[in-house]
Amino acid sequence: MPQMSAITIRGSGKRKRLRHWAAIVALGMGLTILPGCAASDSVPTLTWYINPDDGGQADLAQVCTTAAKGAYRIETSLLPKDAAAQREQLARRLAAGDSSLDIMSIDPPFIPELAEPGFLAPVPADVAERTSKNILDGALAGATWKDQLVTVPFWANTQILWYRKSVAKAAGLDMTKPVTWDQLMDATQKQGKYLGVQGAQAESMTVWINALIESAGGHILLNPGARADDIKLGLTTPEGEKAAAIIGNIGKKNLGGPGLPTSTENDSMILFQGDKGSFMVNYPFVWPATNAAVKAGSVDQDVLDDIGWTLYPRVDTETDTAPPLGGINLGVGSKSQHKDLAYKAIECITSPENQATYFVTNGNPPSNSTAYDDPRVEKQFPMAATIRESLKLAAPRPQTPFYNEISTGLQQRWTPPSAVDPATTPQNSQEFILAVLRGDRLL
Amino acid sequence: MSTSIKASKGTPATRSQRRRPHLSDRAKSERRLGWYLAGPAFIVMLAVTLYPILQAFWDSLFSLRLTAPDDKAFIWFANYVTVLSDPVWWRDLGVTVIITIVTVVIELILGFALALVMDKAIKSLRGLLRTAILVPYGIITVVSAYAWFYAFDINSGYVNHWFSWIPGINPDLNWFAEFWPSLFVIMASEIWKTTPFISLLLLAGLAQVPGELTEAAQVDGATWWERFRKVIVPNMKAAIMVAVLFRTLDAFRIFDNVFIMTNGAHGTEVLSLLAYRTSISRLEIGLGSAISVLLFVCVLIICFVAIKLFKVDLAGTQGGKS
Repeated sequence: MPQMSAITIRGSGKRKRLRHWAAIVALGMGLTILPGCAASDSVPTLTWYINPDDGGQADLAQVCTTAAKGAYRIETSLLPKDAAAQREQLARRLAAGDSSLDIMSIDPPFIPELAEPGFLAPVPADVAERTSKNILDGALAGATWKDQLVTVPFWANTQILWYRKSVAKAAGLDMTKPVTWDQLMDATQKQGKYLGVQGAQAESMTVWINALIESAGGHILLNPGARADDIKLGLTTPEGEKAAAIIGNIGKKNLGGPGLPTSTENDSMILFQGDKGSFMVNYPFVWPATNAAVKAGSVDQDVLDDIGWTLYPRVDTETDTAPPLGGINLGVGSKSQHKDLAYKAIECITSPENQATYFVTNGNPPSNSTAYDDPRVEKQFPMAATIRESLKLAAPRPQTPFYNEISTGLQQRWTPPSAVDPATTPQNSQEFILAVLRGDRLL
Repeated sequence: MSTSIKASKGTPATRSQRRRPHLSDRAKSERRLGWYLAGPAFIVMLAVTLYPILQAFWDSLFSLRLTAPDDKAFIWFANYVTVLSDPVWWRDLGVTVIITIVTVVIELILGFALALVMDKAIKSLRGLLRTAILVPYGIITVVSAYAWFYAFDINSGYVNHWFSWIPGINPDLNWFAEFWPSLFVIMASEIWKTTPFISLLLLAGLAQVPGELTEAAQVDGATWWERFRKVIVPNMKAAIMVAVLFRTLDAFRIFDNVFIMTNGAHGTEVLSLLAYRTSISRLEIGLGSAISVLLFVCVLIICFVAIKLFKVDLAGTQGGKS
């Protein structure tokens, strides 16, 4: 009998365990089926592939879902952290004909590569007309490929010149007037301070080179629509040589500090907030980040009070600056099952009011000029007028389906900054990139 | 015609008849059971390894860019010519070989020392010691790469401050701004992470050395060094060679540490990273596949050299053969 009971107990234990497992499997299946149930109602679901932010895009998805009153529902799906990895994932999905790409947050330089093979659904003429109204020039240029609007500008980023008022004053610089790179280098060197620039072998280096060449009046890419074999570059021009001279000077004279060869936007900001901070070219995220650092106690209030801003520095006194352009545009996948609805949703997401909200909550500047008139914007970002002005002047990076090759080639040949020589670097990098584009060289 | 069919049918039957008498019923059923057990895994292995290898080889014969599918063209071995005639391939091969040789040699020495310590440690400490030594190996490579990166980073790192008493190290030293300092950190991280693996394999080899041999040598008056050189090492040669082979293959395919710390900047790119950047970042599937196939060939050459020339006996250490 005792043996029997032991068997019974063991048996009931087994049964219990079985029941336990059955419950887990049922729960798992239920969880799998539940979204299916949700999707089976009559409301079409639009998937929006977003770049990581502070939750602003997910909020906008919610706002526009509510505003649609049952016409569609927007769900967000997170892309990787850095822009290059976002491009890789989007390109792979689009090439594989993924129909879930209803709305995509795309970094402007990668738009031609996705537009050229027809991966993006054309923007309907009426939508293009409405969504390009009041869009700042730089942002509109970044959303266009072969004179057609292929994506809708959402938010637009640009670099401005941040400076420490005390350093500028000591250098005798009038920051209400345009300043040049030569003046900044001179002031920094004389006062034993460091310039905040991005010298790492990364996308930020292409951003810097492009801004310098464009500010000097030149272009990295001379024929944007050309095939890989026919591409012509403008690196070996006087403008390219001026850009190389500025980068080389900063590198050789150690004006960017010992961290320059690995310096990213975040590193520049930390340098700028420190004792040797003087001038820095960087994006507007610097402002909320420094405010947060002051609140956290890691940066003094004096530092925040000492910060000023103006337009990106000029290369020549007489030529207007052409600051870097970044941001995010919204595109629709050509295999999406809900293209019309996706564009309706995009119109909602990119409305000036939503852009202003996104700027205030997430720190990403609007591409629509009228969004800057929102009183919340001026209160939160006192430099909003400078950002708007900068976005009017901003120049996109080379627009070509082969952007990745040009950008990576530049990054490899123009780093570290101390090795950049105006006599050789533009020539070497131009020959190298053209050989890569012809398929003769590895990158 | 019919004769030839008969003959062709008969030949395999005769062959199998010739083989059959050697197998007992038990052996046959064991063999069948073996196939039942291993068959599914074998099929899965073919699907996940052989198929991609063949696909990669096929793709490598094309000029194929993922974002330009209409421009796909069959170009025979032109991708291989491009890769092998490019200085970037040879530079990356050189960096990969340097990392492989330096890390494996240092890991072998350190691993031996750790294995001896673990072997000789008193019983009460043995478990704790083995666990402590294994901790780095248990950490995900990406995590350890970030840890080492932030430790040496000029902004967030503490190494420059802690070791500023060493000539050449000061708070302004940017480890990741030049080739050799970057490579030093990459290799140090790799050694720290994988020495426990090699020490475990060597510990298993040490356990196989018969105690009576070392005792006999000791009685004969052999010093510790002589016992180590003439008794211990020759008796665990198979374990050493297997450890070296496994680590060499592993080190040759290094990716994570380089990707996280420098992403190939300042000439620190390795072959795996080159293959990744070409296939995944540039979306050049044809050229990237050619690099991947060449990388695979390099791995095969290492295996061939180890097994055929250095006579590494993989089965022997598993107890299958002596």
